[in-house]
Order: sequence, then structure tokens, then C-alpha cells
Amino acid sequence: MSSRRDFMGMALGGFTALGGIGALMAMKKTWDPLPSVKAAGFTTIDLKDAQENVLVTEKWRGKPIFVLKQSKEMVEKAKKAKEMDRLIKIEDAHYMVAVGLCTHLGCIPGYDAANESFLCACHGGMYDGTAMVTKAPPPRGLDVPPFKIDGTKLVLGEQGPEYKKMLADGTTLPV
Amino acid sequence: MNKELKILGIVAAFTLVLYWGVEPFAHSQMHKHVEGHNFVYDGTADIEEASKDKKEAKKKFWSEVKEIAKLKGDATAGEATFGMCAGCHMDGAANMGGVTPPSLEHAGAIYDKNFLIALIKDPAMATNVDHKYPNGTMTHPMGSISSMVSAPQDIANVVAYLKAKKAGEVTSKEAFKEACGRCHANRYGKLTQLGEIPKTKSNIKTGQDVDKIKYDQKVAEEQNALADYLGKLPPDLSIIYRARSEHFLETFIENPQAQLKGTAMPRTGLNEEGYEKVMEYLAQTGDPSAPARAMAGPWVLGFFFLFTILAYLWKQSQWRDLH
Amino acid sequence: MAHFEKANSLNEWLDQRIGLNTLKKVMQSEYWIPKDINFLWAMGMVLAATFGILLVSGIFLLMYYNPSTDLAFDSVNYTIMTEVGYGWLWRHIHGVGASLVFLIIYIHMFTGIYYGSYKKGRELIWISGMLLFVLFSAEAFSGYMLPWGQMSYWAGMVITNLFSGGSLHADGLVEWIRGDYVPAQAYLSRFFMLHVLLMPLAIIGAIVFHFGTLRLPHVNNQEGKEVDFEESARLWKEGKRAESEVIPFSPVFLSKDVFVMGVYFIMFFYLVFYHFEFAMDPVNFDPANGLSTPTHIYPEWYFLWSYEILRPFPTDPGLIAFAFAQVIFFTLPFLDRSPNVAPANKRGAFHIWFWAMLADMLVLTFMGKLPPQGIWSTIGLVAAITFFVLWIALPIITKLEKKL
Ligand code: HEM
Ligand code: FES
Repeated sequence: MSSRRDFMGMALGGFTALGGIGALMAMKKTWDPLPSVKAAGFTTIDLKDAQENVLVTEKWRGKPIFVLKQSKEMVEKAKKAKEMDRLIKIEDAHYMVAVGLCTHLGCIPGYDAANESFLCACHGGMYDGTAMVTKAPPPRGLDVPPFKIDGTKLVLGEQGPEYKKMLADGTTLPV
Repeated sequence: MNKELKILGIVAAFTLVLYWGVEPFAHSQMHKHVEGHNFVYDGTADIEEASKDKKEAKKKFWSEVKEIAKLKGDATAGEATFGMCAGCHMDGAANMGGVTPPSLEHAGAIYDKNFLIALIKDPAMATNVDHKYPNGTMTHPMGSISSMVSAPQDIANVVAYLKAKKAGEVTSKEAFKEACGRCHANRYGKLTQLGEIPKTKSNIKTGQDVDKIKYDQKVAEEQNALADYLGKLPPDLSIIYRARSEHFLETFIENPQAQLKGTAMPRTGLNEEGYEKVMEYLAQTGDPSAPARAMAGPWVLGFFFLFTILAYLWKQSQWRDLH
Repeated sequence: MAHFEKANSLNEWLDQRIGLNTLKKVMQSEYWIPKDINFLWAMGMVLAATFGILLVSGIFLLMYYNPSTDLAFDSVNYTIMTEVGYGWLWRHIHGVGASLVFLIIYIHMFTGIYYGSYKKGRELIWISGMLLFVLFSAEAFSGYMLPWGQMSYWAGMVITNLFSGGSLHADGLVEWIRGDYVPAQAYLSRFFMLHVLLMPLAIIGAIVFHFGTLRLPHVNNQEGKEVDFEESARLWKEGKRAESEVIPFSPVFLSKDVFVMGVYFIMFFYLVFYHFEFAMDPVNFDPANGLSTPTHIYPEWYFLWSYEILRPFPTDPGLIAFAFAQVIFFTLPFLDRSPNVAPANKRGAFHIWFWAMLADMLVLTFMGKLPPQGIWSTIGLVAAITFFVLWIALPIITKLEKKL
């Protein structure tokens, strides 16, 4: 008798919990970024006018994007350091393109053109001209945003073959 | 048990009467009833509601339209005559006398034949806003047409051309843009009176988006011109679908004067297909969740049916030995 | 500090610290409810559940609502309805819930009136209930401002103008309430604050108070019988479930409440998915425009009866009548002079009074929405006068009532 009571109560409780899970799923969707936010995740930047060793800052998904056209010496340095994978080649020029947020805890590192290196003021992390980390605490070089090459332009937010290769060989983590 | 059902009956009856009183009944008393006329444009309503001194002119006008409709139009000849129209109705047309001439790309598909004839003959009469042009149709932005295309056969030819060559497949958005979009924006559909809102980019150093500012200025100027011409800015139609009943929209679009006496809105002359396309677009921007509702509704209701059955069984198990 | 033994279970651990078992007894297993009740006694819990639903759906609306006069309208009608995942669902639930909560409140109130559940020891239940009615009205009104459509704006204009007190011309007070000469940004911001913080807090407090007032007098029953709770509780605990006149709140009373809620939710979600437009006035889908009043303005249906009491009279008497209607229900326990706690059908003249009041409020509600012209005005005036006559008659007929 009383076991039937308990059983019905529990059946109802379990079924209600099921509905609760459904409601939670709807709530999760409500919490997702809006479609318009996701759609706005594309930015085109033109590299035509970039000058060697002059840092250009762009914006993509609200984050700063560093673009640094490499000079001959910088390319030599990168070759020596085996960091050519980090650079994007368009026509004959090489570019460093990276999300300008320190891989430690997300501050914006400052560029020192004379020394061709970045210093993050927050906790002293440093990067070289290809944005590879040279001094801890950052665990790795700056991440490369998804890009697709379109002539002399880069479409940020789309994944071209060059970017997919960087992802595959571990040059960058997905952002 | 019986007693509970009786009480439930009383509560339900009161609730339904309450609902009837504040919804269907109240609305039936609040709104003027207007008969639709199935997208037939023969001037019946115009003549009926016209003031005495205008009745004869309107009768004459619409009977002439009827005569022209009987003529057999020659689409090839019409194409040549249409060149006169295309001088204004073209891509990138400029505002003329308050409004920018709309594209006629699908005119043959979305507008009624009689209406097109009437429109070419006398735009103010056809759109039933002649009360706004006491000094004659020539002051209507499209008034000059009567000095260019006036022979009945020419009119019949142009209309034949539109019906033959400008009648391709039309999307609901195109129908809205061509029929309504020159006067009404639809910001949820990203449309202004100038068409699709272009994508622009702001300067990263200043945060200023000069292209957007320039575009906004152009829209503002267009809107001011419209408001000067029409007396007020026609409302944005993003969610007019929720703001007015379907019956209102249908009868209003057929003949704006029937619902809002004296309004500056011209009749658009949509045929049934054109009207349905336009409504489809208004539903898309005004009630976009309809498909999601239809999907989720049965699941949620099904859940509560089962919930109620289980709750009933639980209640029975608890109450079984109480009496 | 008291001495604590090592606990052998979480239950025991909690019991030592917050008296969990006593709490359970007081609020659930030994909170005795008379057996002789019908589903109308479930309305209280249905109200509590509806308030919960309003709270949850409101939280999700709040995530994208933007209380600025420029953005409010589109943040609701575009962002929430088009872009936010299930935003439309929360909005329709919130709208339908706000309407149904009043339907259930009215059913709950008239149940109390019918069975005399406001008398002798239960006065505070009634008064706290009326307090909830007033707070819910304020909550509903402030919420109605938020989409900043034409109805929001003009309801805001008209209702705040009531506070000018007619020929008292307390315009300063009206401006103080609005924070501006007309409903504008300051007004929207403060009503937003009221709707999402102050009113809900007050409502939660009032619900706790309402529940508190129920605990000692216990709820009434279908015959208004004075139940011997101690004796019945003893029988129940001995396992004599059939002989006892009472049942514990949980699980026995609750199991019926939950079943009634189930039926209610079916109706609720049917409305949410297939008939939500009744709860959202079309006129409010036109953005607020301070330079053009809509042709027909009227409040939501649950305010119509008191609005109609205001309307047929000239400004000053109208305001007085309106103020009277707002508070008169508070005084019911004191205006009813009869000592009888019994269903209305056993109370002679009061029985007629009950149905007359219900019918009159229904008529007032109908007239409140119709244009105030011709025959509608006359009917409205007669119904408004009848409302006052009924209240004046109440102490007299109840005084004359035979003692049962
Ligand atoms: C959100 C608002 C309210 C909630 C959550 C609520 C909740 C409850 C609950 C749970 C009960 C006990 C079960 C029942 O008899 O239904 C109750 C009883 C009662 N409530 Fe409310 N109530 C609310 C509003 C009101 C209002 C507006 C009134 C009337 C002015 C009112 C008057 C009463 C009375 C008289 C009782 C006692 C019924 C009896 O003893 O038989 N309540 N309420
Ligand atoms: S955030 Fe850059 S070093 Fe810590």
C-alpha cells in the first residue's frame, strides 16, 4: 500500500526532473551568444599598406589583432629560431598575425620596435617578433586567429588552408 | 467528485464569459467593420465613398479603365513605351517630389492589371489619393506620365509588357521592397527606404564609422522628404503584423481610405499573390518565432498531459483510504 | 553554545543545527489541512507556482532587456523575440503568466468570500492576501511599462496623472513620481527598478507573511466547520486515516495541489504556444510616441473593473470612487457583521450579495474596455453605482443574518 504511494510519488518526481532538464536546456540556449554576435565574427584586413617592423592593431570579435610585417632581418631571425611556421606569407612578404592578448592571463603586450620584441606589463611575459614566447609566465606564443588569404587581404574568422595547417601542426591553439 | 466538477463548470463558465467580453466582443465593438473586395480594382469603393462633386469624375474614370482593359495589348510595342517609365523607375533612382520611384522589376507579378492601367492613366485617381491634389493630377510625383503615355492602346501595351516580361518569380522580400519599401522601412528586416542597410566598418582608432554616418544622413534626408510630402513619416513595418489584425491589413492595403479616411497612403494595387508575398515577409519580420513555437508546443503540452496523469495517480494513491 | 553529538546522517546533522525535523513537521507533515475541501483550495499553491514561473521567465528576459527609452522596444521585440534562443518562449510565458496570475487571484479571492474564509481569526489571512493583490497590481503595471510601446506610454501617462488628485492639482507629485514632465527615461528606469527588484522583494515578503497568517487559524473547509485539530491529528498519527478529519499538508494535500497544477499547466502552456496574443495588446506593438494617443486606450483586463468605476464620473468624484474601489476589499472582514462561517449558499441574503457582486464586477470589466459612448456609458454608470450600493448594503444584510 504505502509502497505504491511512494512509487507514484517517485515516478512523478522523476518525470518532473525530466521536464526540468528540458527547461535547463532551453535556459542554456538563452545564455548562448546571439547569432548576430557570432555573425559579426568576420573582419577583413588589408595588408597592402603595412610597413616593416611597424605594429598595426586591428579588431576582431572585440579582441585586438596584431599585424607585424617582418623585415629581412626579422625573417632571418625567425628562420634561425625555426619559427617560420608562425608567419603568413603573402606575395613575397611575411607577416606575423596574432590575437594581441597575452596567453598568460589576457593582458595586451606592448611592442618595442627597437628590440623587435613584446613585453607584457602585467606579469613580465615576453615575446619575439613572430610573437613566440621568450620569457615566462606565458605558456606559449600568441595565438593566431582563424584567417583566410584573399589576395592581399586577410579575412579573419574564416579558416583557410594555411590556418588549418597551423592548427594541425600545433603552431597555434584554436581561438 | 460530482461537486468538484460542478464547481469547475461554474469557474470555467465565468472565465469564458469574461474572456468573451474583454476580447472578441470588445474588439468587435471597437473596430470599424470594413468589407474586403478580393483584390478586384474596379473603383466600386472609391465611387461609393467619394463626395458628391467627385462621384461623376470617378465613375467616368473607372469606366474608361474598364474599356482599356478590354483592349488587346501588344507587349513588344509596350516595351518601347516602357522606356518612358524606366527613365524614373530605375536602379539608383533619386527622390522625386517626395518619394523615390520604386523598382518595377516584378510589377507584372504583384500588381493587378486593372490597377496598373488606372495608375498610368491617372496615378492620383488610381491610388485613391486625388483629394491630396486639388490642383490636378499633374502635381502628383508621377503626374507627368499622363502627358507621356495617354492613348488607351499605349497604356494597354505597357501593361501587356509588364504582365509578360516583368512577372518573374518574386521573393517575399522583393515584393515588400517594391510595393511598400519606398515609404516604409522595416528595420528588423534591415531595410530602410533606400533598401538594404549596407555593411560598414568603423575606424579602429576613433571608433567612428563614417560610411554609416553618411548612409544614416541619406536615410534621414529621404525620410524628411517623405514626411514633407505625405504629412508624416510612414511607420516602420517591422512588427505591424503583431500590431494590426490580418483583416485590417488586408482591407487597408486594398484601399487605405476605407480604414483611415483621408490618409496620405496611396493604394498599392497589389493582387492576391502580391499581397500574400508581402504578408509572408511581414510575418517573417514580425513573428519570427512561429516555426519554433510549432515545434516545441506539442512536446511541452505532451509533457504536461503525462505529468497530470502521473499526478492524478499519485493523488489517488494518497487519497484512496481517506474516506 | 549547545552540546552537539556526532551526527550519523546528513538529516541528523541538519536537524541538530537548524531543527530540520521540527521544520518539516511545522510546515509539512504536521501542518494539518481539513479533509473537506475542494480544488479551489489548491489555488493558493497554483498562485505560488505561477509566481515562481513569472520569476524564472523574468530572469531570462532580464538578460537582454534594455531599460532605455531608445532601446527598450527593440530589445524586447527584436532581440528577445528574434535573436535570443527561446527568448520568445520566456516572453510569452511571462505575458500569459501575468494575465493568468490575476485570473487565479480573483478565483482565490472569491473562493475566500464564498466560504467566509476571512472571518474570526482569519482576518489577517485576508488582509495579507489583499496586500498581495495590491502588490501584484503594482508589479503588473510597472512591468507593462517596460516594452515602451504606445500602451506602455499612455497607460503610464494616464495612471500617473491620477496622482494629481483632480482639482487638488498636485502636479508636483506627478512630476516627482515620473522624475520628468512626461514619462521619459527617468520614469522608465525607476519603473524598471520597481518591477525587477522592489516589487518582487515585497511580494516575496508578503507571500511569507500570508503563509504565516495561515498557520495558526488553519485553512477553512467547505462547510465552515470548526475542526478539532488536536483530536484529528491524534487519530491521523494513530493511522486512522479515514476517521481523522484532517490530512497533512505534505504529501496528502500537496498531491492534490500538484494534480490541479497539472491541469492548470496544460491550459497555461496551451495559451503560451497557441493563444498568447490575448495577453499582449496589439497596440503595444507600436513604439511609444508622446505626440499621438492611440484611438482606444484601456488597461489590461484585470484592472478594467476599477477603471470603469473611475470613468463614468466627473474627475473628482471619479477619483474618490476609484480610491474607494481600490481599498474597499481590505475591509471585508469588518463590514461582514455576521458571525457565521459558512458557504454563501447557507447564508440567505449574503448568497445573493455574493453573486450580485461577481456579476457586477464582470459587467464593470466588460464596460471598462468598450468605448465610453452611448449605452455603454449608461450601463457602466449603473454598474459603478451598484458596486457602491452593494458595499453599503453589506453590513446591513449581514447584521440581519440569522445565526446558524
Ligand atoms: C500571489 C498571491 C497569493 C498566493 C501565493 C497565495 C497563497 C495562498 C495559499 C498557499 C493558501 C492556502 C491554500 C488555499 O486555501 O488556497 C492561501 C489561502 C488564502 N488566501 Fe491566498 N494567496 C495569494 C493571494 C491572495 C489574495 C489576493 C487573497 C484575497 C484578498 C488571498 C486570500 C486568501 C484566503 C482568505 C485564504 C484562506 C483560504 C481558506 O482558509 O480556506 N490570497 N493563499
Ligand atoms: S597576462 Fe601577460 S604576463 Fe600575465
